Amino acid sequence: MARAVTTQRKTLNTAIAWGIGLLIFFPILWTILTSFKTEAEAIASPPLFLNFNWTLENYAVVQERSDYMRFLWNSVIIAGGSTILGVIIAVPAAWAMAFVPSKRTKDILLWMLSTKMLPAVGVLYPIYLLFIRLGLLDTRGGLVVVLMLINLPIIVWMLYTYFREIPGEILEAARMDGATLKEEILYVLTPMAIPGIASTVLLNFILAWNEAFWTLNLTAVDAAPLTAFIASYSSPEGLFFAKLSAASTMAIAPILILGWFSQKQLVRGLTFGAVK
Amino acid sequence: MGRIQLKSVTKSFGDVQVIPPLDLTIEDGEFTVFVGPSGCGKSTLLRLIAGLEDITSGSIDIDGADATDVPPAKRGLAMVFQSYALYPHMTVRKNIAFPLRMAKLDQAEIDKRVEGAASVLNLTDYLDRRPGQLSGGQRQRVAIGRAIVREPAAFLFDEPLSNLDAALRVGMRLEISELHERLATTMIYVTHDQVEAMTMADKIVVLQAGVIEQVGSPLELYRTPRNLFVAGFIGSPKMNFIEGEEAAKHGAQTIGIRPEHITVSESGGTWSGVVGVSEHLGSDTFFHIHETGLAETITVRADGEVGFRHGDRIHLTPRADVIHRFDIKGLRIE
Repeated sequence: MARAVTTQRKTLNTAIAWGIGLLIFFPILWTILTSFKTEAEAIASPPLFLNFNWTLENYAVVQERSDYMRFLWNSVIIAGGSTILGVIIAVPAAWAMAFVPSKRTKDILLWMLSTKMLPAVGVLYPIYLLFIRLGLLDTRGGLVVVLMLINLPIIVWMLYTYFREIPGEILEAARMDGATLKEEILYVLTPMAIPGIASTVLLNFILAWNEAFWTLNLTAVDAAPLTAFIASYSSPEGLFFAKLSAASTMAIAPILILGWFSQKQLVRGLTFGAVK
Repeated sequence: MGRIQLKSVTKSFGDVQVIPPLDLTIEDGEFTVFVGPSGCGKSTLLRLIAGLEDITSGSIDIDGADATDVPPAKRGLAMVFQSYALYPHMTVRKNIAFPLRMAKLDQAEIDKRVEGAASVLNLTDYLDRRPGQLSGGQRQRVAIGRAIVREPAAFLFDEPLSNLDAALRVGMRLEISELHERLATTMIYVTHDQVEAMTMADKIVVLQAGVIEQVGSPLELYRTPRNLFVAGFIGSPKMNFIEGEEAAKHGAQTIGIRPEHITVSESGGTWSGVVGVSEHLGSDTFFHIHETGLAETITVRADGEVGFRHGDRIHLTPRADVIHRFDIKGLRIE
């Protein structure tokens, strides 16, 4: 039964929603605004909202001091590489769990997720040592592998949820039609799960892009992504909020734009199964 | 070619044995129907033949070769599923072509066969549509098309008509029968609907709890059911069962008489009773008769013109030559 919603009530709900939305967005907005201030204005008290002298100076300095494109490229490679590698590994794993579950499938899923509950710093030391031994320190390849492993449980979980929505009979039909396991996954399962795979890829790309703990600890120069680029502006010789903000804005801009254009896909993907 | 032989096949899920040792031979070109109530194991049996489930013990031969460990893709069988199981992201053309693509046929041959199947099944105008844009009957035809292009050794149908409405079901039933006439390929058809079984089958396999109760032609099962279960399952409306004194007169524990083998009259019959519910189908009328002293209800079929009313006392006469007799174990007495 539909509930009658009065106009007043609707307006109030809209206002509350906007209020919460702005509250969440405020730090990002503040970062962007600060990036256009001078260093003095950035720490002015009371804070200046819009009535400051807009300047691009911070961007010029940041651009001059560091090679933005190199960091950007590293971020793209690391986030993209770890996501693609993760999906390639997770699709068969999720296939097995969704379509040929065993008694232990649920346990394995939970166990995989439990690794996400471990504080990352707890395994920093062993991983750091492994990286030194294997010569992976400050390499993009090393970070691709680590970030892939970090996000793999999430990728498997998400894909598992999507795959479970696909009727098993369709895969059986493919098997009867002479498809090998590889062909079944490639030509039938994957195309059917494209919306789910797309949102999984997006979410993981964003997670990997924003991942700071491992990228900061395992890189120095060659493989440093945009997170390291931001960090390099919170220097010990004093805080340069305006420049830090400019660097942050430059670092989050690509992912913000990506997220903006794909928000429909993301929301659909994240609520998949819940509302159908 | 498609001669399928099951030898001492069993299937267990965990500790539960759903198919006790079972032997069955399906001859080449035969239209065999597996029929039985829900949960009788008929779909499981079909899936064992398809290879979608592994058998627990025993063996399955297809055309004389042991196929027990052959994966479904290599058994040369085609299956039509209850849910149609079409590939939603592919057009009708690609759906039908899929098995041919998997068999690595060249494009010209694929096109030829797809066009051929489409014209047989009246799908030519729909080849570029997706399954989502088709009606239930059309989807079922696409599923059949996908099965016939491969020219399989046998077709397996898993309740293919149960998602269709009644009128369409009758039409598709005829189409599948005609297809069988034309292709003369072995077909195994699973259904819980005994009318489908009776109208389509060369051979019916009646199953209950994983056990074959009887195998035979539709008329054999109708005329000489081997036991009470088959007698009650085949025929609509159900056979009337009478126990006690009346059965003893015929030297049996239970006697069975079909509704169409009892004549009704206003006076002068073997039994008498009071009319309860009448079901008027136009051509026939089914009367449910109470207070006969034989069984709670006796169902009789009469001509559509017969007009007894609720509460009328009427007389019943069974045809003596078609009274079925069963012993204490429920087995037929010849």
